[in-house]
Amino acid sequence: MAVERLFKDEATEEKGDRARMSSFVGAMAIADLVKTTLGPKGMDKILQSTGRGNSVTVTNDGATILKSLHIDNPAAKVLVDISKVQDDEVGDGTTSVVVLAGELLREAEKLIATKIHPMTVISGYRMAAECARNALLEKVMDNKDDTDKFRTDLMKVAMTTLSSKILSQDKEHFANLAVDAVMRLKGSTNLESIQIIKKPGGSLKDSFLDEGFILDKKIGIGQPKRIENAKILVANTAMDTDKVKIYGARVRVDSMARVAEIEGAEKQKMKEKVQKIIAHGINCFVNRQLIYNFPEELFADAGILAIEHADFDGIERLGLVTGGEIASTFDNPESVKLGHCKLIEEIMIGEDKLIHFSGVEMGQACTIVLRGASFHVLDEAERSLHDALCVLSQTVNDSRVLFGGGWPEMVMAKAVDELARKTPGKKSHAIDAYSRALLAIPTTIADNAGLDSAELIAQLRAEHHKEESNAGIDVITGSVGDMSVLGICEAFKVKQAVLLSATEAAEMILRVDEIITCAPRRREDRM
Amino acid sequence: MALAFDEYGRPFIILREQDQKSRLRGIDAQKSNISAAKAVARILRTSLGPKGMDKMLQSPDGEITITNDGATILEQMDVDNQIGKLMVELSRSQDYEIGDGTTGVVVMAGALLEQAERLLERGIHPIRIAEGFEMASKIAVEHLESVSNKFEFSASNIEPLVQTCMTTLSSKIVNRCKRDLAEIAVKAVMAVADLDRKDVNLDLIKVEGKVGGKLEDTELIYGILVDKDMSHPQMPKQIVDANIAILTCPFEPPKPKTKHKVDIDTVEKFQTLRQQEQKYFDDMVQKCKDVGATLVICQWGFDDEANHLLMHRNLPAVRWVGGVELELIAIATGGRIVPRFQELTPEKLGKAGLVREKSFGTTKDRMLYIEHCANSKAVTIFIRGGNKMMIEETKRSIHDALCVARNLIRNNSIVYGGGSAEISCSLAVEAAADKYPGVEQYAIRAFADALDSVPMALAENSGLQPIETLSAVKSQQTKDKYSWYGVDCNDVGTNDMREQNVFETLIGKQQQLLLATQVVKMILKIDDVISPSEY
Repeated sequence: MAVERLFKDEATEEKGDRARMSSFVGAMAIADLVKTTLGPKGMDKILQSTGRGNSVTVTNDGATILKSLHIDNPAAKVLVDISKVQDDEVGDGTTSVVVLAGELLREAEKLIATKIHPMTVISGYRMAAECARNALLEKVMDNKDDTDKFRTDLMKVAMTTLSSKILSQDKEHFANLAVDAVMRLKGSTNLESIQIIKKPGGSLKDSFLDEGFILDKKIGIGQPKRIENAKILVANTAMDTDKVKIYGARVRVDSMARVAEIEGAEKQKMKEKVQKIIAHGINCFVNRQLIYNFPEELFADAGILAIEHADFDGIERLGLVTGGEIASTFDNPESVKLGHCKLIEEIMIGEDKLIHFSGVEMGQACTIVLRGASFHVLDEAERSLHDALCVLSQTVNDSRVLFGGGWPEMVMAKAVDELARKTPGKKSHAIDAYSRALLAIPTTIADNAGLDSAELIAQLRAEHHKEESNAGIDVITGSVGDMSVLGICEAFKVKQAVLLSATEAAEMILRVDEIITCAPRRREDRM
Repeated sequence: MALAFDEYGRPFIILREQDQKSRLRGIDAQKSNISAAKAVARILRTSLGPKGMDKMLQSPDGEITITNDGATILEQMDVDNQIGKLMVELSRSQDYEIGDGTTGVVVMAGALLEQAERLLERGIHPIRIAEGFEMASKIAVEHLESVSNKFEFSASNIEPLVQTCMTTLSSKIVNRCKRDLAEIAVKAVMAVADLDRKDVNLDLIKVEGKVGGKLEDTELIYGILVDKDMSHPQMPKQIVDANIAILTCPFEPPKPKTKHKVDIDTVEKFQTLRQQEQKYFDDMVQKCKDVGATLVICQWGFDDEANHLLMHRNLPAVRWVGGVELELIAIATGGRIVPRFQELTPEKLGKAGLVREKSFGTTKDRMLYIEHCANSKAVTIFIRGGNKMMIEETKRSIHDALCVARNLIRNNSIVYGGGSAEISCSLAVEAAADKYPGVEQYAIRAFADALDSVPMALAENSGLQPIETLSAVKSQQTKDKYSWYGVDCNDVGTNDMREQNVFETLIGKQQQLLLATQVVKMILKIDDVISPSEY
């Protein structure tokens, strides 16, 4: 007797080969989707959101593309997830990780078609991944001790990262910006202290790094536009009606005169508060919250520059930059640490007025002002720069670098190939397949650049057969080139993360032999 | 349909809206139930053992889980069938009681039902079958007891425990670093275990996960990890020898629970109220400072002003810490949870050697480590991994390993894994069957056959010839009279489970047999299924 129904309506179940097929197809579709964006000659994608305004994004950042896709296939979601994690963890290599995982699955599919058990494939992949990682570890370069060399390394890494993005035209300029900004952090990976301000207008080349701090705010009317040797109090306090916080308090009066009295008292209270703030001996007051007209006027009278509504990040950064603490009470002026800077002035970028703090005490924070023709360009530029900054800040901590342009893949493929020859048993097929999957990355880079990939890869392989080869794909001339001469470098940490996450994801999908999809949750009828 | 008529020949209505309900009776009901339960067992069968496959489950909201933990699969499967739900319950109760073997118990129950179906076809009454199974399970459990080995371990020699945990972990996706994880799990359990009372409170082990890094980066922290950061960005990120005040009262003006109103009608009142308010904040911070606290952990939020005052007085603070975490912190640091500022005393402070904030990755993720606590009886396992699914799966695997370690501390008997325990039981039950007169004999024999299905599934999943492997192992066991021959799943080249170091806990195995038999009995006893029809 057949089982009538085990699952709820609409829940589906896929078993064995069908399940595997469906997850392979989904994962490969995703990999193919982002494949064309890989490498310096990769193409961009236009993403149109279905939300209000149908806003459009133009990007070639793998994580951004995948994030905006609505995907139903569970295996594809696994890939989207790894790309997201790659973005969070190292910031770059988001496309490579998906492409590699897709290729691993493509190879696995062929193996499974020849009746090799998925578990055998997995154990082969694991061995291969370990071997590939060791091969990379042997070849890493570390110039940590030599400051000058390290900086050139950083420059190369930044330029390699940027060369696949919209900023490739001015990559030297931006690489300089990014390296400068990251070097200021002095080893911290906290990118919050690098502020990126986007202002449309001008060209990308007009973007600049500012050593001070720029706050996207206007100076109140009647207040000084320029302050030298500023003493800054950074605050987070209510400067509207400072309400009584005791629960249940309310004002109950019986005549108009009383109302006036209390209003007077309120004003008096505000005035006292302002007096206390002024007593700190400051000439600039930055508040996170609103400042009402009345206290603003009082500040103007005292010749103090008052800035309201600085957003939370802005406040934190300002506190960091000027070395002041964020204050909320003002009773003991002597112990509150004030921030200092040499000059505050209003500057114009394009049409907008901004407040510029220069000559600050702590050099950690800085601001990068991006200029560009349109918001789309600026958004993409910001994403690219963010990638570069992430990679750089990770490289500062882990200073090992590798050559780029398909060089690491070739090195790994060679080592994995050798392992395959040495390994007895069915696993060697899987290891062999792993090396083929690794080769798919330089192939894709070449294909995207419109080059003859088969020819180039064969040449590269021959070149790598010699010991200590630095050969990689030179996309510009379309031939095999020496990566050390061309100065194409990648961070070891990024490559390692790509390798490990892609293998992990492929393994996860391979292990599945059944997919159970629950019935989608019904939306409540709002009618 | 059975109908009753009254003296005038009108039918009595026994079931409301009788005609709208579908009803299955007698042997049909049993068969349909059995086939439903078998279908559930079939799904899990391929997940058994070190070479078992995973299942991908998509929840109603589109979230994806990849797992081979039997309890998790069944829980998320959205089963509609009533008998299917019983099987889900079965694996859940194994999970609650033992924590491991959730797949095995369902496979066992499925096999028993398969055998029962055959006996039903021969016309044996279900109750007799159920009784036979009951007797057989008793024999099997006793036999397990007799073949079990005592396991000697102590706080300094944890190797046996690690080996057992590794058996559990080897069937999970994390088997790449099972050694590391098993060690972490055992060390965690040993840290919180009460060896004299043979009890482990698993609540003291917190399992936290954060996406990113490698699985190898998973670590055991002798302390507490809180997914929070300091309330003020400029507070110190590291505190040595912290005295921790653990508060459940907010740094806010008091809110009496009775309804009240404070009326302000004169300027004086307005001003005094204001002063009081300021004083209130000041007092709160001062009280914390006076008792000598160097860190404040609070369940509630702070007002901006209070936050600044704390910062100002150089008193780092953490806000919005959850209740469970707060309790763990209190246990670990030996502090007391203080509900009112007035009750703060120096004795109630918790002590920790080191409190530090650590940031991860490129996004602004920070976590607070509280280490070197006064009372180290609370530990945290911090899992790193490539993606969210991996972390979730690792959490489940670690949970299983923790449970196994705990069970061993409670009762240090083990049996050998790899299906060897089942085979040995099967032989024992088979031998005992002949002693029973009556129909039950058949049922007992069927039970022995059902026991064989677990090693069979293991062999099948490992790509071995199931029948060939099973018969080979069986003959080996009968010949040598040793119970440690099992299925060689990992292709190591030996059937000796002692050499392969594959162990399972005795209570886990016993529980599996008992629970499976119980559920099967319950299913067999059902002879009428009444379900409302679709509407």
